[in-house]
Amino acid sequence: MSSYGFNSSDLTPELVAIRDEIRGYAQGYGLDFFDTIFEMVDHEQINAFAAFGGFPVRYPHWRFGMDYDQLSKGYEYGLQKIYEMVINTNPSYAYLMKANDFVDQKTVMAHVYGHVDFFKNNYWFSKTNRKMLDTMANHAVKIRDYMDRYGQEVVEDFIDRCLTLEPLIDPFLPFVERKRSNEPDHRESVTQPPEVAEEVGKLKITRQYMDAYINPAEFVEEQKQRQKDQNQKARKNPPEPQKDVLLFLLENSPLEDWQREVLSIVRDEAYYFAPQGQTKIMNEGWASYWHSKIMTQKALKASEIIDFADHHAGTLVMQPGRINPYKIGIELYRDIEDRWDRGKFGKEYDECDDMMVKHRWNKELGLGRKKIFEVRKVCNDVTFIDEYLTEEFVERFKLYTYQFNRRTNQYEIADRDFKKVKEKLLFQLTNRGQPLIYVTDGNHHNKGELLLWHKHQGLDLDVKYARETMRALAEIWKRPVNVETEVDGQKKLLSYQNGEFTERFL
Amino acid sequence: MSNNIKRDHARFRQIVKGKIKQDLKKYVTHGEMIGRKGKDRVTIPLPQIDIPHFRFGEKEQGGVGQGEGKPGDAVGQGQGEEQPGEGQAGNQGGEHTIEVDLTLQELAEILGEQLELPKIEPRGHKTLKSKTDKYTGIANQGPNSLRHFKRTFRETLKRQISSGTYDADKPMIIPIKKDMRYRSWKSDVRHENSAVIIYMMDVSGSMGDEQKEIVRTEAFWIDTWLRSQYKGIETRYIIHDATAREVDEQTFFKTRESGGTLISSAYKLCEKIIDTDYSPSEWNIYPFHFSDGDNWSGEDTRVCMDLLQKSLLAKTNVFCYGQVESRYGSGQFYKDLKEQFGGDHESVILSKIENKEGILQSIKDFLGKGR
Repeated sequence: MSSYGFNSSDLTPELVAIRDEIRGYAQGYGLDFFDTIFEMVDHEQINAFAAFGGFPVRYPHWRFGMDYDQLSKGYEYGLQKIYEMVINTNPSYAYLMKANDFVDQKTVMAHVYGHVDFFKNNYWFSKTNRKMLDTMANHAVKIRDYMDRYGQEVVEDFIDRCLTLEPLIDPFLPFVERKRSNEPDHRESVTQPPEVAEEVGKLKITRQYMDAYINPAEFVEEQKQRQKDQNQKARKNPPEPQKDVLLFLLENSPLEDWQREVLSIVRDEAYYFAPQGQTKIMNEGWASYWHSKIMTQKALKASEIIDFADHHAGTLVMQPGRINPYKIGIELYRDIEDRWDRGKFGKEYDECDDMMVKHRWNKELGLGRKKIFEVRKVCNDVTFIDEYLTEEFVERFKLYTYQFNRRTNQYEIADRDFKKVKEKLLFQLTNRGQPLIYVTDGNHHNKGELLLWHKHQGLDLDVKYARETMRALAEIWKRPVNVETEVDGQKKLLSYQNGEFTERFL
Repeated sequence: MSNNIKRDHARFRQIVKGKIKQDLKKYVTHGEMIGRKGKDRVTIPLPQIDIPHFRFGEKEQGGVGQGEGKPGDAVGQGQGEEQPGEGQAGNQGGEHTIEVDLTLQELAEILGEQLELPKIEPRGHKTLKSKTDKYTGIANQGPNSLRHFKRTFRETLKRQISSGTYDADKPMIIPIKKDMRYRSWKSDVRHENSAVIIYMMDVSGSMGDEQKEIVRTEAFWIDTWLRSQYKGIETRYIIHDATAREVDEQTFFKTRESGGTLISSAYKLCEKIIDTDYSPSEWNIYPFHFSDGDNWSGEDTRVCMDLLQKSLLAKTNVFCYGQVESRYGSGQFYKDLKEQFGGDHESVILSKIENKEGILQSIKDFLGKGR
């Protein structure tokens, strides 16, 4: 362990016994996890690990210090306490707080086994780097080395820029077959009929004397132009709008080697953490489901029930006005389990419009457990909500959408309609609630300017933030940067050039 | 391991303090110093550096919540802070404040720690008496509600063993009336130091809402700190433009007058209040005066200096003058005071407050001397 620098102590014999017991229960329920190593830490250590995203070693950067500041102040003032943390690696590492009592340790262990099962089996985690501990440590060494060579401030400033662009990745990219973005696609060019190139823009004629009528000069000209445009487009970089802006910058911007390496490190780490953002509800829900199941059915002693119930309720509490991903997650799994146990799904159920019949519906299928294991394998938060959030569920948990009312200057409940709630939830979960930004052209105006496109879906960009982000982009791209967006329903082009920011309507 | 995080933490603190990386300083966001006062609930600011991203306009977004209510009802505070799927950052960028339920005593401790404020050494006689009852004694008689079970048990056990009626195999204890013991109290009389804060504020036309907000915030923290140091503190409020009058707290912060400024009017009233109600031999007296530094005339300024020099300073622990930066104020009074008393005078403390961020430093100026 010391090679990773955890600097923690071993489990006591009592905790080893508890771990073996809990692991046995977890396996008994069919959970399938990587080997999991528990580290004993105190609150200062856990705050440090948490600030580092769970890892013992990260490259030097002030934002980790900022998170640490927040976490340790939160702890000091008694606002928050980190109960559990686990890293997605193989073997997995999880932290146990020294100060916790046994019932907490049991709960945390059960919860952790839930998470590790999820890491190992959920499809969206399947491409993550399970040796990330080593990778993170290597990143740290590299960046420290650059700092020695080029100066801390220089390197740190560059990291700051990269972090500004960190969200501009494409979490689905690891699942698509990669084709090199700047190489022409051969498969397509083969299918193009060869004669087109010979007689540009002319329609086929069988009688020569009809040529002037069928292909008048201006028509031919028009066709030629169109062909030219198409060729232009084929040579355009990127050929299609590309969501992985970081990759585009890596491949196309004039960076020094060390800068390219730093950008690549930031991108790698962003991809590593992406699935955790995509599955927050599912992952926390799954872990909570299992700690609750294991504790209440197997591991709890009578004397521990009150403490367990207290802490369990604490993690699942829904404060008025907020929604808690742990709670939504666990309840959705329970709902799915119940529905599949009772056969409340499929055409016949959906088409039944007698609420009483639906309520009492029970075909005693007993498929629930199998179903939730399947769900945890294939879904991410978006598909989870899309597929399994039901009208009854929204009603039972009193979910609503809210909006900011400019007139009264406060947030107000907007709607309790099932469709609206679901739509809003899905919107927030898609791309983690952030704007969809694509690179559309690396040679805009034919002057090497960068053109990004904000795929507008009803919400405008915050222009102040966009300006700062574009400033960072321009420093990497070293040429003017443009963003196509919409403001108040009108298409607009934001430009950043030589330190000046301009907007104009398109 | 922990060295790594300490290193990053130190770096972050330096950036926040503006010592390094000046260009990042503009992203540093401070929460409100006090969100709501009352019910002892206070907002503690945690500085954050907001890394810019492409994101949606702050209030456009809305979201999904949970709970009772019908469309159009306001949703509670803290709305939207914990939306799913948005990662660690939260979408309310720029408004990262954490709300804490703290008692004012705890708050004062934190403030003292943060600013490294020394404990105040009170002066004067301890004349104020306070009486507290403490249940520290034991009596043979008393009401049943104050029965001391353990002591009673012990007395019974003692009696039974010595009289040989105790049977170790059948350990039964039966108290009789003279075994009974009761808690009793002692009255504790303490002599306390007492203190009074006299706030004076310039409310002439040039003091805007922003300036008053600064004074309000600063007064709150000074109050909090001094309250932690003295029991039974009193506060008095004076506002002045060309004339001065005493007001209640509410009015003190709300009033906006217009017209000229005669600072001496406030100092005269301050002296009068001290003379009638607070004998300097018995009270620790803290006058605080906030203004934007404009005075009507050099003549009046001379009157002020005179008042300070000849009488006020002798009666008070320290005299604090805070100058709030304002677009209209000349800031002359600060210079005059500085000329008269020097920058490092025993009991005249001067401080300039440029903006909200300057408040903490200014409090440190005022209270950092421990007097």
